[in-house]
Amino acid sequence: MTSGPWAIEVDGLRKSYGAHEAVRGISFNVRRGEVFGLLGPNGAGKTTTIEILEGYRDRTAGHVAVLGMDPADRSAALRAGVGIVLQSCGFYAHLTPREAVEHWAGMYPAPRDPAEVLALAGLEEAADRRTRTLSGGQQRRLDFALALVGDPELIFLDEPTVGFDPAARRAAWDVVRSLRDLGKTVVLTTHYLDEAQALADRVAIVKDGRILAEGPPSELGAAAPRYRVAYRVDGAPPVDVETDDPTAVLHEATAAALARGQRLEDLVVARPSLEEVYLELTGP
Amino acid sequence: MTDAALEPLRTAGAQRARGGAWLRAAWRQYRLERRMFWRNPSAAFFNFLLPLLFLVLFGALYADEADLLEVIVPGIAGMSVVAATFSTLAYNLTYLRERGILKRIRGTPMPSSAYLAAIAGHAVTNTALQVGIITAAGALVFGVDWPRDWAAMAVFVVVGVVCFAALGVALSHVIPNFESAPAYVNAAFLPMLVISGVFYEDEDAPRFLSALAEILPLKHLVDGLAGAMVDGEGIATHWAALLVLVLWGVAGAAFAVRGFSWDARRS
Repeated sequence: MTSGPWAIEVDGLRKSYGAHEAVRGISFNVRRGEVFGLLGPNGAGKTTTIEILEGYRDRTAGHVAVLGMDPADRSAALRAGVGIVLQSCGFYAHLTPREAVEHWAGMYPAPRDPAEVLALAGLEEAADRRTRTLSGGQQRRLDFALALVGDPELIFLDEPTVGFDPAARRAAWDVVRSLRDLGKTVVLTTHYLDEAQALADRVAIVKDGRILAEGPPSELGAAAPRYRVAYRVDGAPPVDVETDDPTAVLHEATAAALARGQRLEDLVVARPSLEEVYLELTGP
Repeated sequence: MTDAALEPLRTAGAQRARGGAWLRAAWRQYRLERRMFWRNPSAAFFNFLLPLLFLVLFGALYADEADLLEVIVPGIAGMSVVAATFSTLAYNLTYLRERGILKRIRGTPMPSSAYLAAIAGHAVTNTALQVGIITAAGALVFGVDWPRDWAAMAVFVVVGVVCFAALGVALSHVIPNFESAPAYVNAAFLPMLVISGVFYEDEDAPRFLSALAEILPLKHLVDGLAGAMVDGEGIATHWAALLVLVLWGVAGAAFAVRGFSWDARRS
């Protein structure tokens, strides 16, 4: 493997299906050891992008390097260094998770211990049941386990928690966090904002095959120029204003309130959240 | 020796190591396919009990007619070849493709060719077991003679396996989803089975049906097997039948390779 700082380099990536252009010139880099999120609505081009990086699809144009290799070559070395959790993917119904993980371990040159992987994925209790009797959440854990057992350096997660109940979601998030603690690079796609905010070190917001904004979730909001100031004064309708200069607004409001001997109730000074940025960027 | 002089040796060593890894990967996958097969009762039933059941039923029907019994044993052996390769591969590959298992396998370092070889080896094992069981049951239970020309029989089984395996993979490309797989498989298999003289002497069939059977491969497999097993006729007598099987196999293989998809169809 190469030892450069980037696990993934994407420059000017394009993908067309006939006349339809699903990816229209996407560029981004992913640092080693980072959790990178591709956030966007359904049909934005996230899955197409990630499947090109995984080597499942050819690209129409652009430069792509994954662990220093071109995924289109589908080299065994690259597939050994990458773990993939696909959006919906079946299992061998007549195997147990333990058997499946042990079989998968044999496909890789330097696998992790299958028992340890089952524990990491939270599958110890279900390890010896037939796969077809597992719940949806447990099947997703098995997806993780099969992607991890080869001890990959880089892990792709395509919409890892779609259809999960809140508890299963938290459990999946914990697995992603433990991957980061192991020093893995993680690239995930999601259309859930809170998921990107909770997991990703950096996020790229994708819509219509283009990246609209990119950065750490906390700074994506900060990059927006406007602030929101809201408060309420007894006997008056609530105030909620957007401004480029909150200092002046606050100064006037507090001075007026003090002069009248009143208090500003429920005072909020906020920069737009990732959610507001996202909705503004991806809205119609 | 200089470094440059060692280079060819290193390359040869690396190639041998890769070859060894390929064989190991294919063998592990083959073992897994065998284990999963025996855990699936319906697969085991359709592959082993059903041909035997056919043999028993027709054996009872034709109990007094030795001539007809001699038709039935090679006919059911031919049917077993088709069931274990054509039907099973079309059905299983559609399942594996639509459930995303092919795609998952594709994302691992296992060589695709090793995986496909394991799947094919699994089907070949089932065919060999079935043909063996049918031949033995015919001789031991129904008193039909043991095959007269083992070599010719083996040639027809091997060519039949390759031909129908290729056609089964090709058929899986046409099947749009797993729910419709049984319909496609049976629509191809059952009529061919009925018109190809598996269960009767096909001289009695109406002309247009026997003409159709002449075009399809199963009749030629059954003819070749009957020639080898019953009449002791070698390849020389049935070279035309062999040729038809080879042609179907080549066409099937071309289509099987061209249309192969690791990814589920988008509904």
